[in-house]
Parts: sequence; structure tokens; C-alpha cells
Amino acid sequence: MIALADHSSLAAGSSPPSDAVRRGRLRRRAAVLPGFGASAAITSLVVLALIVFPLTVLVLRAASLGPAGFLAAAWTPRARAAYAVSLGASLIAAVISSLLGLVVAWVLARVRFPGRRLIDALVDVPLALPTAVAGLVYSSLYVKKGWLGQWLVPLGINGAYSYLGIVLVLVFVSLPFAIRVVQPVIESLDRDTEEAARILGASRLQTFLRVVLPGILPAVVTGFALSLARALGEYGSVVFISGNMPFKTEIAPVLIVARLEEFAYAEATTVAVLLLAMSLTLLVVVNTLQQRLARNAQ
Amino acid sequence: MSIHVRSISKSFGSFQALDDVSLDVAAGTLLALLGPSGSGKTTLLRIIAGLEFPDAGSIEEDGEDITERHARQREVGFVFQHYALFRHMSVFENVAFGLRVRKVPSAEVTTRVEELLRLVRLEGLGGRKPSQLSGGQRQRVALARALAIRPKILLLDEPFGALDAKVRVELRQWLRRLHDEIGMTSVFVTHDQEEAFELADEVVVMNHGKIEQQGTPDEVFDRPSTPFVMDFLGNVNVYHGRVENGRAFWHGIPIDYPAYPHAQSREARVYLRPHELEISPPGAVANRLGTSLAASIVRVTRSGPITRVACRPHGSEQELHVDVPTETARGLQITLEPGTHVAITPRNARVFIPGPEYSI
Repeated sequence: MIALADHSSLAAGSSPPSDAVRRGRLRRRAAVLPGFGASAAITSLVVLALIVFPLTVLVLRAASLGPAGFLAAAWTPRARAAYAVSLGASLIAAVISSLLGLVVAWVLARVRFPGRRLIDALVDVPLALPTAVAGLVYSSLYVKKGWLGQWLVPLGINGAYSYLGIVLVLVFVSLPFAIRVVQPVIESLDRDTEEAARILGASRLQTFLRVVLPGILPAVVTGFALSLARALGEYGSVVFISGNMPFKTEIAPVLIVARLEEFAYAEATTVAVLLLAMSLTLLVVVNTLQQRLARNAQ
Repeated sequence: MSIHVRSISKSFGSFQALDDVSLDVAAGTLLALLGPSGSGKTTLLRIIAGLEFPDAGSIEEDGEDITERHARQREVGFVFQHYALFRHMSVFENVAFGLRVRKVPSAEVTTRVEELLRLVRLEGLGGRKPSQLSGGQRQRVALARALAIRPKILLLDEPFGALDAKVRVELRQWLRRLHDEIGMTSVFVTHDQEEAFELADEVVVMNHGKIEQQGTPDEVFDRPSTPFVMDFLGNVNVYHGRVENGRAFWHGIPIDYPAYPHAQSREARVYLRPHELEISPPGAVANRLGTSLAASIVRVTRSGPITRVACRPHGSEQELHVDVPTETARGLQITLEPGTHVAITPRNARVFIPGPEYSI
């Protein structure tokens, strides 16, 4: 029956299409994928309801303080230190995740070894594990009497209740993103181009730097952006490992919760808004870079 | 630069890609490796390039053993089937790549690349990205890139496989002229016999990891040395029969086969090419092989300059295919249509005794 309707609408195509025919075409397309109207509406609704609306409420709450009040609440010395720890540790963690992720993705995509499927599945575990558990396990490993801490602490390496600890758990929670974004891109690489480069006289390093890397760099940067975003928003694991010392190992999300516990709602809100603004700026910069690289790699 | 492949074998797991293959390519020759997929032709090409290494055997270039030498040290040009261009680089940088990694001075690179772009008729397109070029243009970029390092040998893997028919024909005529100009020893892989015969000085037909026949296109076409070559080179009528006393019989027509002079009869196959059969009004016609064969036409199809006639010899169930030039068909005293009685005269026929290794 559907096929018949298709024929009639095609036959009518020579004369100016009537509204009924046009609707028929729309309906026919809707059977394959949601039509433009419907999908645009759903997309807008989702973005508005789930992201824009709550954020607007947040900004409005903070704005009710007025510019001077906002600054006084959000730009205290303790808050500035918290922003620095948040942004700094997240950037370091995102860089480490991107580099490690590239190596792991390369091995998973290119090397066939026993247990590859198991390791491939393990990569996703940090996404599913409650991050508080990760924070607890990491801190118990790195404290002075922990399995790793008993060796590392005498060497001056404090993995628990320290900046290093924050970076460690942030790498843990962000690594899956860095791997999963790059892996399919490596799998889809044209191996012939690597052989072509070798035949033309390129060394392994030259082949990687000049032929392979430009193809996967946009994905690596996307992985970096996602890792960064994930690290900036992380709370659960950091709160257990960092020790939350103001001015030293207190990240902005922990400060927000601390302010809430003091019933200083306005200050909590302003810190959140400023953190949001900084994160957004960083992500826009990284995305712009990624798009430029992707255009170049075409 | 001449190439000598000596007793090379190569397996991938349980699949034997090459089985004791030896091949000589004289300097300056344009040689085609022709065969169906899985015949080992690409593996052989990749071993010559140094992209694969043989399990046994050796390769020499001008008498020098290069078996252990990696692709990077072999100074070969290789053109990949799907071009394998560097997508993120401009056409210019693609061609320049081999020179850049050799640290050739920039001014020299520019001169050489521009010279090559002129050679492959892409001058002025150096700034484009490969994605902005047509298939034929990409193939020429790949060729220019391969030639940039002044290789001693040029190897091409199905160089025209991904192009449409018209571009393919143009490009291969152009490649033939280019080869005549630079005279470099070249080997290309193809599964298209027309391509091999039109382009190559020498054709090597491969099957199941072995070389079936090597020779000039004329030699291979006129004197196929194995049933496989006969079959692979095009439509052919195959009849099962027997051979004895140096003769095989096809519908009572004797065909000489001096290679089997024994009295004991043995199974044989008779191969008749459709264009080596003549069609004429019914009645016996004297010819080299003795007599003609009475048949009736079953079907007539015309494809351009060739008219294909399917007929059935009287007393036989097997159809016999005859190709007649359409011009000749028009000049016949009879109309070619189903039901017409005709005489079929073979101008040529070949007999093969099937060996144990032979299978289609």
C-alpha cells in the first residue's frame, strides 16, 4: 500500500505538487527518520529543559546580588585558590588522559593480543563506577600505610590528600573519554598511507608525525575537551582524596558544597556561576581548535 | 633495472599466496601481473616492493640480493589501488613528501614537484587538497608522488581499478606513453585482461599462487599454454572428449595433438574460441581441420561491432558460441536468426589434457 502511494505522488510530480502530495512526501520521509520539524522541536526542548533552564535559574540567582555583591562573594581569596586548583588540576589531568588515551587507543585498535577484549571492556569501568568509590580506593592505596603509599610516601610522593591525588582521580574519571573518542578514528585510518610514506622513505617517526598524527589529532583534541569537561565537573572522587584543604587542595565544586553547608547560598551560587563561565570559555577555545584541525585534516 | 624473483613462497596462515614463483623482468619492461583475485599477484607485487617478506626464496635487482631490504631502502615507486594520498596535505605536499623526508633543499623540491605536476598534467592544481580532485586526477597525483624520488622500479597495484571506464582507457594510454618516455622498469597488477594486453610489453598470468604463463601479449593470447590461461582470457567453448594417436575429435572433426601420440585413449578437453569459429550457409566446407559442422541457430545477440551467435550442433545438447563481426554477418548469404541452419567451421582449436592441478 505504501509503495502504491509513492507511485501516485511521483506521478503527480509533473504538475505543481498539491499540498496533499507534499504532506505525503513528508510523511514518507518521516517513516525513515524523524522529520526536520519534529527533530528540531525535540532537540530544542531537550536542550532548553535539561541544560539552559537550570543554568538560567543559576545565573539569575547569582545576578540578584548585583555586580558588587557578586564580586565580593565569588572573588574571595579562598574562592580564587579553588578556581586555580580546579582549572589547573583538570588541565593537567586532561593532558595526561589525552596522551595515555592515545597510546591505549592505538594498542586496542592496532595490536591483537590475548585478553584484548577484556581490556577493551575495562576501559569503560570508570564511567560506571561511583566516583566516590574510586576516590576512597585511591586514597586508601596512597596513604602512608596503603599498599602503594608505604613505598611512595618515604620517597616524598604523596598520592593521598594532595594535589597529585586530585590529578590521579581526575585522570581515572576522564581517561575513558580520551580513549573512546580516538579509538574508532585509529581503526578507520587508511593503512595504505602509512605504507606509502614508508616506501617514500619516511622513518617510523616521520610516518607517525607527518601522516598518522594529522589524521587523528582532531579526535585527540576532542578527547581532550571531553576529558577536561569531565574533570572540571568531578566532585565525588576528589572530595575523598584531596583532603579539601582551603588554599591548597580545595577544588571549586567542594567549595560550593562547603558554602551550602554553611547556608551561604548566595556565595555558593556565585562560585558556581564563575566556575561555569570559566569552563565554558575553556571548552569553546578547545572546540575551536578542534574544528580548525579537523578542517585541515580533510 | 632488472628484477629477478627466485623461487618465492609466501603463506598467510593456512593460505598459500605464492608457491615457488620465479619471474624475470628485463630492464625497461612494462610487465602486467594478470590473474583473478586470490591468485597471488598483489602479494608478489608487495614482496617486490618490500612491503611483505617471502617465507622462502629471494629477490635480486640488477644481480644484487635485496630480499632482506625494507621498502624504505628499495627505491621503488608504488602506486596503491586506492591512491593512498595524504588527505591533510595539498597535492604539492603529497608529491613533495618523498623529497621532504630526504631533506632535499626546498628550492630543489619546488622545481622537481612542478616538473612532475607538469608531467602528470596537473600544473596549477598543486594547492588543492586530494578531496578536491577527481579519481583520475588523484591517480595521477599518486603517480607523481611515486616518481618524485626517482625510483628505479615503478610498481602499480590495480592502478585503474577504481576509475570509470572512459577515464581508465585514457589513463592507461597515457601511462603507456609515459612509460615509453621514461623507460623505467614497471610492474602492474590487474585482473582485467584487456588492460594487461593493451598496456604491457609482457604479461604474466597467475593462478593459485603460481605463474601459469609468461610472454608477450601475442604469445599469451595466441598460444595459451594451460587450460586456465585459455579460460581466463575470455569466453571459450569447452568440450570434453578423448585424445588418441595424436588426435582429438570434436564432433567427428579431427584436431591434431602431437603431444599425445599414444594409442591408449585418454580424457581431453577441446577449447574453441568464439571468434575463431566461422559461420557459413549449410553444406560442407573444406578447411584446415577437415570439415565443417552442421548446426542450427538458437539465439542471436548483437553487442556493437560483434554479433554473438549461440547455436546447437546437430545431435548435441551443448550450445556453441560463435562471434561474428557484425560487418561480416551482414554480408552473409543467410539471415542470422533462431532456427536457421548453418555450417560452423573452426579455424583453430586447442586440446588440453586436464592435469590434477587444474581446476577453474
